[in-house]
Amino acid sequence: MSSDTALSVQGLGKQYQIGVRTQQAGTLRERIAMGAAAIGRRLSGREGAEGPTESLWALKDVSFDVPRGEVVGVIGGNGAGKSTLLKVLSRITQPTEGRAVISGRVGALLEVSTGFHPELTGRENVFLNGAILGMSKAEIVRKFDEIVEFSGVDRFIDTPVRFYSSGMYVRLAFAVAAHLEPEILFVDEVLAVGDAQFQKKCLGKMSEVSRAGRTILFVSHNLEAVQRLCSRGLLFERGRLVESGSIDDVIARYRAAQSGDELLGRFRPASRRGLGYARVEDVRLLVNGKAAGQVSCDADLVIECLVSTAPGQPGKLQGHTLELTLCGDDGVPLCSLMNVDDGGAELPSVGSCWMRVSVPGPTFVPGRYRLNTFLGIPNLLETDSVFDGFDFEVLPPVHPWRPYELTRAHGIVCRRASWSVVEAPMPSVAR
Amino acid sequence: MNAAEAHASAPTTVVEAGRRPFVTLAREFWAYRELLYFLVWRDAKVRYKQTVLGAAWAVLQPFMTMVVFTIVFGRLAGVPSDGQPYALFSFAALVPWTYFAQGLGNAAASLVGNRMITRVYFPRLLVPAASILTPLIDLAIALAMMFVIQMGWYRSLPPVTVVVLPVFIVLAAVTAFAAGLWFAALNVKFRDVRYVLPFALQFWMFATPIAYPASLVPERWRPLYGLNPMVTVVEGFRWCLLGTPAPVLMAWVSCASVAVALWLGLAYFRRVEGTFADVL
Repeated sequence: MSSDTALSVQGLGKQYQIGVRTQQAGTLRERIAMGAAAIGRRLSGREGAEGPTESLWALKDVSFDVPRGEVVGVIGGNGAGKSTLLKVLSRITQPTEGRAVISGRVGALLEVSTGFHPELTGRENVFLNGAILGMSKAEIVRKFDEIVEFSGVDRFIDTPVRFYSSGMYVRLAFAVAAHLEPEILFVDEVLAVGDAQFQKKCLGKMSEVSRAGRTILFVSHNLEAVQRLCSRGLLFERGRLVESGSIDDVIARYRAAQSGDELLGRFRPASRRGLGYARVEDVRLLVNGKAAGQVSCDADLVIECLVSTAPGQPGKLQGHTLELTLCGDDGVPLCSLMNVDDGGAELPSVGSCWMRVSVPGPTFVPGRYRLNTFLGIPNLLETDSVFDGFDFEVLPPVHPWRPYELTRAHGIVCRRASWSVVEAPMPSVAR
Repeated sequence: MNAAEAHASAPTTVVEAGRRPFVTLAREFWAYRELLYFLVWRDAKVRYKQTVLGAAWAVLQPFMTMVVFTIVFGRLAGVPSDGQPYALFSFAALVPWTYFAQGLGNAAASLVGNRMITRVYFPRLLVPAASILTPLIDLAIALAMMFVIQMGWYRSLPPVTVVVLPVFIVLAAVTAFAAGLWFAALNVKFRDVRYVLPFALQFWMFATPIAYPASLVPERWRPLYGLNPMVTVVEGFRWCLLGTPAPVLMAWVSCASVAVALWLGLAYFRRVEGTFADVL
């Protein structure tokens, strides 16, 4: 590794056991039970399968070098391994194989406000959060005024942060993070928080940092920001580094790859049953009037189905119902849409037509979803059922409404709701 | 880069699979000592910030237990107390025991539900270490209470050996840390460990001379008895505060057993720490 290389990654790989919770012992009790079962198997002479354990390489054979002072954008779809890469490089989790050598002081920003405690004041949290991010006390003392000024919450700096609005909270947290002065910085998505104006301020700070000659590895879904800030790009697909080069080339390749995804947005019925005199012939997802495989979660979900009667069959579609069932990628049904909902739109009696349904956004948490279709009379007649015929991907919102990432860990359905304080807490009224 | 930054900087970081040598761990622990201080400071601040009873809790728990023990074991059962007033005798043991139980309980729960672990890197050892250090504040308060009872109520002074007391506090802390490493790491993997802990503590308490004097244990069993380091801690506290005989032989056995436990605890912790973020 030459002296002007900031980061050198060789053959890095990270393997996850999937279904660790269910298949390996989650509790001591299960572990003991499993142990007993294994002994039972051994005694009865049925050697072999320990129970299915599946593993997944979230990162595999990744090698690249980053020269000092370069700002590198890491892009790729969901599950491509970007976040895993940053987690491994920032030592939150260990790699399964390979190594990375990082020269210089490392700073990682995978989430702002890590370690913030609601009961502590803004001032106390600045010190705590700074220490967690790796700043020394002397360093925080020196930068304290600057941090407070950047955050714009100076009037409330001695108030416990639980009284802060979410905007103030995030601004203070980012202000601390922004004053971290590492030689190498890993940033994951965190800039996609707060309102548009604050985001702009953050991006401004980022480019300031990059001009100061620091090495940055930047993960984001915001291609525009990546293109503006980065000079080089790394494209990941299913845990592998598939392209590395100038940021424009990499983004172009990413866009091309996205539109060429074999599975997304294409109707390919895996299994079908029913009488078959009328069928769902095609399904498409519309984004801005064009067929697509991906839709952002805050956009309306518009799906069209081509329903046709089989040649030579007299049209008997009248009285039929078309049902679309939206499922998670594990096949669990999430939501049913019928053309008879609220009076809806009746299927025409003959021939073929496109039926369109529009679900107002926000719809689902980013991730992959499937579609099943049913044509017939519910509980009475199954004319045509298609299972797993259509996959699509929901992307993170274009206009985020909450300052945190939306993940499946918090549920699947996105709802926007209005909040208000109905009754002020007594102590603050008394004061 | 100025001096303040230079001390925290790691010129070259190597990320790879496998355990890291103890030396690296120790060096890193030292480099992050300020964070350890902040973690302890945060826990202490949060604990004492809101609760009026904050400081009182530290005293109330061992005090009430002392009252119960004095009535049940001291009066009703007539358990001997090495010639000391039973209340003082049991309180001198309950002070370190309460600290130990609290520290171990905190340490066991420290990794689970700690969002920091999945978001940022720092030596994972800091987490159980901080949870052992924070209850030292409660220990100090309880000790002050001890002196108040001793001098105010019983009108007696602790012997000169009281200056050696910190040695036994350190032994209690190291014991809690060694056991805490095991419980904390196991708790990440097996979530029912937290149900095991109260049982373990209960048994452990009766295996420690809190309600009774170690002198009740037959002479030839004492070395074996000393394998439980808390025996030495408790008898040491009594030696320092009340002037009962010093637990010399048991102290050596305890030091050896705690050293082995600590080494094993660190080794296990080091083996699994790389996967905490994957499981949490």
